[in-house]
Amino acid sequence: MQEDLSSGRIRKAPENFLNKDGIKTVLAEAKHGRRDFIRSAFVAAAAGAAVPAALAQGNPVPTEGGDPNILNLPEHSKGLGQGVAAEGYGKPSKFEANVQRRQSPGLTQTTQASVSFAPLQSLFGIITPSGLHFERHHQGWWDIDPSKHRLMINGMVKANKVFTMDEIMRLPSVSRIHFIECGANTAVEWGNVAVPTVQYTHGMVSCSEFTGVPLITLLELAGADLKNGKFVLAEGADGSSMTRTIPMELIKSGEVFVAYPEQGYPLRLIVPGVQGVSWVKYLRRIEVGDKPYAAKDEAVHYIDLQPSGLHRQYTNIQECKSVVTTPSGGQVLLDKGFYNITGLAWSGRGKVKRVDVSVDGGRNWRTARLEGPVQNKALTRFNLDWVWDGKPAIIQSRAMDDTGYVQPTYKQLRAVRGTRSIYHNNAIQSWLVQESGEVKNVQVS
Amino acid sequence: MFRFRKAVLAAALLAVAGLAGAQGASKWPGVGRDATPKEVAAWDIDVRPDFKGLPAGSGSVAKGQDVWEGKCAHCHGIFGESGEVFSPLVGGTTAEDIKTGRVAKLTDSSFPGRTTLMKVPTVSTLWDYINRAMPWTAPKSLSTEEVYAVTAFLLNLGGIVPDDFVLSDKNIADVQKRMPNRNGMTTDHAMWPGKEFGKGAKPDTKNVACMKDCVPEAKVASFLPDYARNAHGNLAEQNRLVGAQHGVDTTRPEGKPGAAAPAAQAKPAAAPKQDAAGADNKAAQAMLQKHSCTACHAMNSKLVGPSFQDIAKKHAGKVDYLAGKIKAGGSGVWGPIPMPAQSLSEADAKTIAAWLASSAGK
Repeated sequence: MQEDLSSGRIRKAPENFLNKDGIKTVLAEAKHGRRDFIRSAFVAAAAGAAVPAALAQGNPVPTEGGDPNILNLPEHSKGLGQGVAAEGYGKPSKFEANVQRRQSPGLTQTTQASVSFAPLQSLFGIITPSGLHFERHHQGWWDIDPSKHRLMINGMVKANKVFTMDEIMRLPSVSRIHFIECGANTAVEWGNVAVPTVQYTHGMVSCSEFTGVPLITLLELAGADLKNGKFVLAEGADGSSMTRTIPMELIKSGEVFVAYPEQGYPLRLIVPGVQGVSWVKYLRRIEVGDKPYAAKDEAVHYIDLQPSGLHRQYTNIQECKSVVTTPSGGQVLLDKGFYNITGLAWSGRGKVKRVDVSVDGGRNWRTARLEGPVQNKALTRFNLDWVWDGKPAIIQSRAMDDTGYVQPTYKQLRAVRGTRSIYHNNAIQSWLVQESGEVKNVQVS
Repeated sequence: MFRFRKAVLAAALLAVAGLAGAQGASKWPGVGRDATPKEVAAWDIDVRPDFKGLPAGSGSVAKGQDVWEGKCAHCHGIFGESGEVFSPLVGGTTAEDIKTGRVAKLTDSSFPGRTTLMKVPTVSTLWDYINRAMPWTAPKSLSTEEVYAVTAFLLNLGGIVPDDFVLSDKNIADVQKRMPNRNGMTTDHAMWPGKEFGKGAKPDTKNVACMKDCVPEAKVASFLPDYARNAHGNLAEQNRLVGAQHGVDTTRPEGKPGAAAPAAQAKPAAAPKQDAAGADNKAAQAMLQKHSCTACHAMNSKLVGPSFQDIAKKHAGKVDYLAGKIKAGGSGVWGPIPMPAQSLSEADAKTIAAWLASSAGK
């Protein structure tokens, strides 16, 4: 018990965890129609010998009349702390060591063509720290000397151009906050539950403030044919020399820009609302053309198989999506009582308009608070007050964007696209909170 | 002299073109310069489905097989069938598919996996990608003839071209007409951020934001089986030490006391011991990443090549032998799949070899 006191949490001794009256009540209630889901959920949990653990009081007064963390002044209250610039580039507290991006075991055979997932369960607000931003590399990553990096513009232009980084950084720049999501985010869940936590289900989304030059500026500098040049090819400088086709219309809107980011340093294409594979890293070349390019990642991968056997090609927009980040899979609620349900919503078509949250598996919904400012094609944080009564609950979130599009259920998505599409799974996510307090990734029928 | 005059003339023409071309030049003077034809040629390597950008040349299936066995098979398998490193390239297509341009197996959900030839509609994509990004550890090292040849060999494995075929810029358009999935794509969707595809299609799902009594009841239809509880590591260690929720200790069975990360664990991760062996180990591991050794070798299981542990056991103490093997490559020691020669420094090769010879197996 002594050890538990250090965090201010205390749990009852195991023999007190089982509350037989509670079990009876839940089962009795569960017999009435609409709470059937709770019965099935509870029975499943009970079958697993789950104890309704989370009945302990959060922060009790210890028998000695006070919390030793208060009564015994710690070192940091009685000594001299560290000086400035002890770290030239500050690092997180050592107590944050669990907050890491991670690979999903068995997903890929190599680390160079692979992915690491952002720890959404531990992040606040909407900005992803650069060091926790999800990674998706197709052929390994490089740290490129910016003084040797060049950007070329060619194709349907009056003059083929080359720019140094010095020159690009002289041009008028914009700073914008946008989400980036891999087209394959949540891919492993198309057919059934496959991974335990929000890090692995949804961790291929991140959000940063990017600074750089609108691509339209560079195209104008080269005298691009903006009328007949309907497509642009973006090409990376790394071994894979990743290529992707971008519509000129989107570039003319002024939304697409070349930025100086942490990933893809020193130059990366920013294509707001479009899947991450189009945000070409180590950008070395932009070609203006009149036809699409059918690059490898437009003709072999990043194509969406439909039940008809046809693949959808050039599926670029990340449609409206949301997920509750806490409470979420792999976590455990320590007590009954008040909780803040929080999560992230985003849309590749514009701004998030509204997010609704259900705690009964989608039967009833309440509208969550959006934390402003709500920005175009950026992550949006939502919060909802919730008092947990200690009974099983299924938490979901459902986002709507400013086009009126509402995030679909798995049932709706599968009815159209089947289960083998791999890409663009934006279905509503369900988290089952069991009586034990343990939260699990589930899908509901 | 003549050459000099010509160069000056070309430069003058370029300058004029630049003036005429860039209306932006007056807006942003002094930023950017015209690219030389040589520079554009060096980087403009893309090949479109209409074969714009395809360099003239040719390569035979037979030549492609030689290149394949030396540079491709160690990842993709002798017949392009291997799924050990990447998804298989070949398989799942039929002669009938070549006639129809639709791969029938794509409608069969019981068929395991989807190979490249089952999916790719455009032969230009294969040529372009092999040319720009293959082999994986040495991209852009193939000659134009080799790219034609490897493409031809791959097509031959899929029964699209015959054994004696020579693929060239002259006949590649005819080959396109035999691609098994050439009619297998649709752009009829609402997910292209422009007007070129989808022609005004609306999103394909139409959920409504119902608020009350929306579904009769929700039943849990899918969840992780118990045996997978700890498959992603201990989830207690993947959550912040404090917070409204802690991570579940997945090293224990569900619901057992202590399922929550006990507060007593609220200690920072202990720094790993930094003894000399540990430092060597770390240096070697960094080398393995840097030189992409881990693309083919895993620590304790066979991948494309043998595991580091198995190598360490077999060749304990043989630093020079191992360093030589790393640099020169070879085949036959561990199986038929060759390891290509590696271009790394002598010092790096020695570091890895020393680690293998002394401690990798322990």
